[in-house]
Amino acid sequence: MNSRIAEAFRLGEGPLIVPCVVAGDPSFAESLQISRELVNAGADMLEIVMPFSDPVADGPVIQQAGSRARAAGMTTDRLFDLVRKVRAETGIPLLIMTYANIVVRRGIRKFYRDAADAGADGVVVADVPLEEADPFCAAARMAGIDPILFVSQTTSPERREQILAKAGGFIYLVAALGVTGIREDLSPQSIDLLNVVKERTTLPVVPGFGISTPEHVRRYAQSGADGVIVGSALIRMIGDRGSAGSGPGNRIGDLVRAMKLAARGG
Amino acid sequence: MRSTSRFGEYGGQFVPESLMYALNELEEAYRTIIPSDEFREEMNYYLTEYAGRPTPLTFCRNLSADLNCRIYLKREDLLHSGAHKLNNALGQALLAKCMGKQRIIAETGAGQHGVATAIAGAALGLPVEVYMGEEDIRRQSQNVARMYMLGAKVIAVASGSRTLKDAINEALRDWVTNVQDTHYLIGSVVGPHPFPSLVREFQTVIGNEIREQVMAKEGRLPDAMVACVGGGSNAIGMFAPFLDDPVELWGAEAGGEGLAGRHGATLCGGTPGVLHGSYTYLIQDAFGQILESHSISAGLDYPGVGPEHSFLRDTRRVIYRPVTDAEAVDSFLYLSRTEGIIPALESAHAVALARQIAGGRGPDDILIINLSGRGDKDVAQVAGLMGSNP
Repeated sequence: MNSRIAEAFRLGEGPLIVPCVVAGDPSFAESLQISRELVNAGADMLEIVMPFSDPVADGPVIQQAGSRARAAGMTTDRLFDLVRKVRAETGIPLLIMTYANIVVRRGIRKFYRDAADAGADGVVVADVPLEEADPFCAAARMAGIDPILFVSQTTSPERREQILAKAGGFIYLVAALGVTGIREDLSPQSIDLLNVVKERTTLPVVPGFGISTPEHVRRYAQSGADGVIVGSALIRMIGDRGSAGSGPGNRIGDLVRAMKLAARGG
Repeated sequence: MRSTSRFGEYGGQFVPESLMYALNELEEAYRTIIPSDEFREEMNYYLTEYAGRPTPLTFCRNLSADLNCRIYLKREDLLHSGAHKLNNALGQALLAKCMGKQRIIAETGAGQHGVATAIAGAALGLPVEVYMGEEDIRRQSQNVARMYMLGAKVIAVASGSRTLKDAINEALRDWVTNVQDTHYLIGSVVGPHPFPSLVREFQTVIGNEIREQVMAKEGRLPDAMVACVGGGSNAIGMFAPFLDDPVELWGAEAGGEGLAGRHGATLCGGTPGVLHGSYTYLIQDAFGQILESHSISAGLDYPGVGPEHSFLRDTRRVIYRPVTDAEAVDSFLYLSRTEGIIPALESAHAVALARQIAGGRGPDDILIINLSGRGDKDVAQVAGLMGSNP
């Protein structure tokens, strides 16, 4: 009955570290290899980003990664191949993050069925707010996928309660107004929001957007976050590797390990 | 007042959660501020004293003789700024001011909406920043200069196809970052609810005037009306008051190189999907990646379309037809030389479709073309195409 996501939160010591990988960036094979590195470095859950041509919630780092991936031939079919291959190697929960049109074009029900068949546990759709969520949440639950919804600093208390009632898996807390990307400072409002949401739900609460350093992770850990999602800070390193793919340098793994340590109060 | 989030199955609010606050706030303002007497008086002042409304409905003697029916042009080209875009820019800027917003952002393709927003910002004392694709900055340099003169900041967009679609992406990213003090003044009947209804509200002045003017001149409604459709705001503004009347409605889309090649004819050659907050027809691949559109006219170079047009297409209340780049240029010159009116390349698409549907009509049939903008911005481009043989 319990989903893999719920189990991961139940068994986790300290907040879970949820790194992101852009499917197909810079190539299918390399994104599979990066996924392995992230898992080996101790990722507690993995978010696999399916690129969309018009990612309005993303900053330059993830936009460029998505462009690289699409130029290298990434498609929704290949996304599910990637999820299947990662699933064959690990038991940690796998999330798919994408945009509404990728789901709608495939057929909402079919997308969630394919996601479940490939071994994904949760799906996050960046541009599906509460108002549009019903068909997505219904298809998710029918397929045994957790429908993960967002709460933001600008979410009204009324909307927040409705979102908490509808969401599954965990609550994705939008930790910074704006798009995804590397930020130096962590917004104090996001800590306040974390506290408010934690009081109102039994679901785990996981901040994302702008979380870039072990210090950020430490702060959220101290404030009671159940996990942290780390995207651009890792994905930038993929872009920096260049096409030569020379020396993964373990920098990605190093950052994940440092964040793991920070999450456990190290 | 009409404010539904869907037109049939089309429309909706596909945006990041952080933006819902702004959309709900805007919908509330739409419901409460726009119907107020104060707002209506202010709007009336700006439209009449400042922008020059009503615009004429010109009976075209030469065109009528040539096409053998009664042809009228709705002269949005004579509106201050040179295009219909100002109707919406003034309306939304005034609304933003009433809402207490400190800053306006906009996207622009051909530059007409950017110029209109810069004008509205200057007139109402609000700072304006306009996102514009690098490709469009190159082909519409005159409008870029106008925006600078008007005190607006133009921000070049280098992502994606570097055209209107990408300018909207960047404007949405700015808005999600600065949502509390900024109004996103979207330029067409696209985007998440309530924008398609809000922009329609401000552009319907075109159709309302046409009804009054054609009744005064002809004593009856027209037989057919034609407008170009990129996002579709001039077309919705023209069509909206006639949707329940026995009037043929025709939309001219950007046929580009033809539907077998690169084009911007979303309704004629696209499939439904989600872009920029709306479920609507799109030019996309089998996996839902948006494809680059193409049109000779920057204002029609967009792979989406307003959701209400998708609904009107499916119900067949409006018939949409592609007009190629070559046909548009031909009609650009045709109208210039037949009537002495240089149309915007966008509007030239409507002229081209009107010429096609005029055939087989009786001499008493009344056909109205929405001349949505003037073509000064396009003369260098067309002259370039004509080469050394103008």
